[in-house]
Amino acid sequence: MDFRTCVNIQKEWDIVGARQFGRDFSKKLGFGIVDQARIATAISELARNIYLYAGSGKICFDEVENVGSRGICIVSLDTGPGIKDISQVMEDGFSTSGGLGAGLPGVKRLMDEFDITSKEGEGTEIRVVKWVR
Amino acid sequence: MDALKLDLSHYRQLLKQYIDTQDESALYEAEQISKRSIQHNISLEEIINTHINALEGIYPDLPENIQHSMSFLLEVMISYGLALQEFQDLREAQLEIKSEISVAARMQNTLLSTVKPDVDGFDIGVVSVPANQMNGDYHHFIHHADGTVGITVADVIGKGIPAALCMSMIKYAMESFPSEHKNPSEILESLNRVVERNVDPSMFITMFYALFNPAASTISYSSAGHEPGFYYHAADDTFEEIRAKGVVLGVTDTAQYRQYEREIHAGDMIILLTDGVTECRQGDRFIESEEVLEVIKSFSHLPAQELVESVYRHFEKLQDFHLRDDFTLIIIKKDV
Repeated sequence: MDFRTCVNIQKEWDIVGARQFGRDFSKKLGFGIVDQARIATAISELARNIYLYAGSGKICFDEVENVGSRGICIVSLDTGPGIKDISQVMEDGFSTSGGLGAGLPGVKRLMDEFDITSKEGEGTEIRVVKWVR
Repeated sequence: MDALKLDLSHYRQLLKQYIDTQDESALYEAEQISKRSIQHNISLEEIINTHINALEGIYPDLPENIQHSMSFLLEVMISYGLALQEFQDLREAQLEIKSEISVAARMQNTLLSTVKPDVDGFDIGVVSVPANQMNGDYHHFIHHADGTVGITVADVIGKGIPAALCMSMIKYAMESFPSEHKNPSEILESLNRVVERNVDPSMFITMFYALFNPAASTISYSSAGHEPGFYYHAADDTFEEIRAKGVVLGVTDTAQYRQYEREIHAGDMIILLTDGVTECRQGDRFIESEEVLEVIKSFSHLPAQELVESVYRHFEKLQDFHLRDDFTLIIIKKDV
């Protein structure tokens, strides 16, 4: 885990910047085009959640290694209202983006690892990892 | 992540065959691939990727703009792929719920099971069929030591699991009443208080309670807003509605129930039912209660059990084998 790059999310347009960075980064790490597209979609969902519900936050990227395999670690951080009922937002069919997005369950499906911590009134941190196959 | 990789060389060969010949057999094979892919949970984007790779294999110098367009298509399909996965997971979850309900339905059958009385001089038939898996109708026979039999027919307004849960409560409340407590009006009054205190106000229960005395050939009864039954007079071959006044259970804790009594004569029948019988539908049309009586009459020469089953089968067929409401019918015939 060397240095970490973050993209700030404030405007809807920033979502595109985060996607672009994530796609280039995952390409460099050796992901194929399907996984690149999946990673970009996961970044979109995370960044949209920040934009829609927290107002501002950032998406950070790291390279991770684990017994010979390489992967991408993406952390979404915000200081928004937090999530009251995490089980509920992780339920299929309960989509937070007005029924249009894949929601957090979608992010979980797109990635290999998924971890979320959230405190009401303090913010949310979501950490996801995908390994190069 | 994918259970099985698509066979790229097979796909490429088929694609080439189709591009060269536009042969239907290649398309048939494509259909097989599609079905196998669904079976093996191969994602939508994986199939498009295979297509792109196959295309590049056949045309090594595929124009760049076409390659870009394929990447664009791949991107568009990612969310569809996700939606499909979600759909598959939800379908599995639904199957789990279904199997849980069928276990609950079996439990309900055991919990609410009752034994049809066998009394000299009378012939009794019972049929009770739920519209869905769980039955919101309830009937029960209580065999008293003095030879009298308590008969309950009830219907929860509403169907399915909430109704079934409610019925289990009713049964255990009734069992907790002391055994000398068997007057229909008293029983309904006690039960009304139990329902009023314990059941959600949006839920109502109608009940007909009868105390049948085979030795004296009498029946006394009270009703809590339940669908009226019918009395068949063999002497002049007519039906009479068994009217009984009383408010549905659970509305007010001070409800009082009037008790009625009648004598049963040779060849006569007592018909108790729920609104699933009288409100059978043929297409969009509710049948008239005269039709129910006519059907009962047409089978009345049969033993009571065959009689109720024949009536049920008649209305099951009339409704295209799809019950809209739980169906319960009890007929007591006095031997001639």
